[in-house]
Amino acid sequence: MAEAHGGEIGEVRPAFQFATLEQQAHAARLGMWVFLASEVLLFSAFFGLWAAYYTHYPEAFYAGATHNSLFLGTFNTVVLIGSSWAVASADFFFHTGRVRMARTLLLVTVALAAVFLVVKGIEYVQHFDDGIFPGGRGHYFESPDRLPGEALYFNLYYVMTATHALHVIIGMTLLLWLVRRIPRLVPAQGHVVELGGLYWHLVDIIWIFIWPLFYLLRGT
Amino acid sequence: MSNAVASMPERARTPDYLQAAKTVGSWLVTIDHKRIGVMFLAASSLFLFVGGVFAMLIRAELVTPNAQVMDLMTYNRMFTLHGVVMIFLFMIPAIPSGFGNFLLPILIGAKDLAFPRLNLLSWYIYVFGALLLLGTTIGNAVDTGWTFYAPYSAQSPTAVSLALVAVFILGWSSILTAVNFIVTTHTMRAKGVGWMRLPLFVWALYGTSVIQILATPVLGIALLLVAADHGLDLGIFDPARGGDPILYQHLFWFYSHPAVYIMVLPALGVVSEVVCTFAHKNPFSYKAIALSSLGIAFVGFFVWGHHMFTAGMSTFGAGAFAVLSMFVAIFSAIKVFTWTGTLYQGSITFGTPLVYIFAFLFLFVFGGMTGVAVATMSLDVHWHDTYFVVAHFHFIMVGGTLTAFLAALHYWFPKITGRLYSERWGLLSASLVFGGFFLTFFPQFLLGNAGMPRRYAEYAEEYQVLHVVSTAGSWLLAIGLVITVAYLFVAMRHGPRAGPNPWRSRSYEWTVPSPPPTHNFTETPVFEIGPYDYHREVR
Repeated sequence: MAEAHGGEIGEVRPAFQFATLEQQAHAARLGMWVFLASEVLLFSAFFGLWAAYYTHYPEAFYAGATHNSLFLGTFNTVVLIGSSWAVASADFFFHTGRVRMARTLLLVTVALAAVFLVVKGIEYVQHFDDGIFPGGRGHYFESPDRLPGEALYFNLYYVMTATHALHVIIGMTLLLWLVRRIPRLVPAQGHVVELGGLYWHLVDIIWIFIWPLFYLLRGT
Repeated sequence: MSNAVASMPERARTPDYLQAAKTVGSWLVTIDHKRIGVMFLAASSLFLFVGGVFAMLIRAELVTPNAQVMDLMTYNRMFTLHGVVMIFLFMIPAIPSGFGNFLLPILIGAKDLAFPRLNLLSWYIYVFGALLLLGTTIGNAVDTGWTFYAPYSAQSPTAVSLALVAVFILGWSSILTAVNFIVTTHTMRAKGVGWMRLPLFVWALYGTSVIQILATPVLGIALLLVAADHGLDLGIFDPARGGDPILYQHLFWFYSHPAVYIMVLPALGVVSEVVCTFAHKNPFSYKAIALSSLGIAFVGFFVWGHHMFTAGMSTFGAGAFAVLSMFVAIFSAIKVFTWTGTLYQGSITFGTPLVYIFAFLFLFVFGGMTGVAVATMSLDVHWHDTYFVVAHFHFIMVGGTLTAFLAALHYWFPKITGRLYSERWGLLSASLVFGGFFLTFFPQFLLGNAGMPRRYAEYAEEYQVLHVVSTAGSWLLAIGLVITVAYLFVAMRHGPRAGPNPWRSRSYEWTVPSPPPTHNFTETPVFEIGPYDYHREVR
């Protein structure tokens, strides 16, 4: 066990402000949860905005969602759920002492995150090709059959998915840092892997709310 | 004095946090919560001065009915800068990030906050955001008012995007500090410090932190979207393109009303500490004070609509927000009665902090009652956008937060610097600050009731007398503050040594030397008596 975990047990001391490693782990976990609460409120402002404009312009929102690629959106949902499974398994394998496996799974998570970003990029390029740019610009909006509110729909689509993509990038950075760190972690520091996983789950869960709003809700 | 001598040998072994390292560089990379607290205090006091200069310029302009000191555009920039600087750079960080940082770990018996490096980062984010915000003043200062109402803010020719990004960045400083405070309070309490034995200031900081965590990100997004509307021309809140500017107001006030409690709750915590120490008595009801802080934090999330009574809200909606708003008054009244109940039959010592608390109680009750008045829909329609509202929120926010800040500054000055200030000068300047404040803002109630609109540089001649009185008051207030700065600086170097407990308080911060050693306690503390157990014999 000690071998698998790299560092010798007892080598690691708590930071000066803590009495024990348990206290330090407790603080780190709570800190991440409180921070995640803040992140949830950040996205809830977006969801509130979405709901308000949806009640103003339901038809435009259906039209916009119909234009988005259901296949790519759903594909990305599957990719992110897969990545969440990978990061949760990494945490499990770390705690059962199989550090190399855990590290590999973290790399799988990062790779899936990269796939997500590539697909998201393809979607953006398709939108640009169709003449859909932020701010209601582009030839798509010049057509006479456009409904009032479609420009707002795509504004929200761009700002919400871009903010989410930014969180994907932050999460990837965090996980890559973990990949470097994990061979030197001792079991008592296992919460660090858990923290990375928690943040990644948030990124996943936010997407699971974005997905129906921008892809599934196409009216009747 | 004998106390101070007795603890001298111990002090010699562990240098205090000021002596531990003296270079400027050692301050810039410090992770000591006390030093970071002092750095927050220094920076936010500097911004109080900057915001004060803007205020003095506004008052100078308003001496005459015509615009004479500055042109109208400059006037718009001045009241915007005054509001933005005072709110985001002074009132929000000053007490929690300044005094809170310095005291929280000591008050719960910890060596430091849970995340000391994050704490330092929070200071740097704050300073960076502040510089970015003030940087816009050199080029093209914002003229939208501190509320940045869309759609004008999206079209203003001034540097709105930059200012909004700066406020967004400042928000991160608040959030990180709040995460740190919540985690520290939960996980790092020493033996004997149960939740119901926390000093009341800690409860106030805890309530404040919860609001910061939950409200700040919503404001952040609202402001970023306006910045995108302004910089990238998205039109999210532009009615010409189907957007809804009222929606912006909802998002803005969802933060900015709770933000009032971010500014006031820590002040209420200061009052609780000073009142108990100066009455040498346990609080009339500990639970009432502690839980009403949480009550205000909770109800504060459901009252934002009272800023929008005249913005096209349904009568039912406005009525609901009006009733909810009045709950805040109930919790506030619980506090005020508990404080006066604490002072009643206490063995009161007199000092500058207590004088500021008396000023606070008067202004807070006065401002609070006018708050109930403006929360009443039918009255608000009359007073909306007049100086009555200006006077009301200055009574609460300046009268509440500034007086409590000054009380805290005098109360904890001996702990922070290890020196005593001059009571004589303290009492003089406290009288000037209170008198000047009242003279500045009381006439504004009368002005507003008579119909003087806010944010106007020019006005009808019949308002001039009251405006002149108000400006004269602002000078008294400014002189009081300048004197305070002067004698505190003198006391910092030449004041007599304070000893660990000059106020004979039972609260935990007074059990450690003044100034405290780097890790606060020389050995792991166990608190056997509570912070307000004045009825129990010690030693």
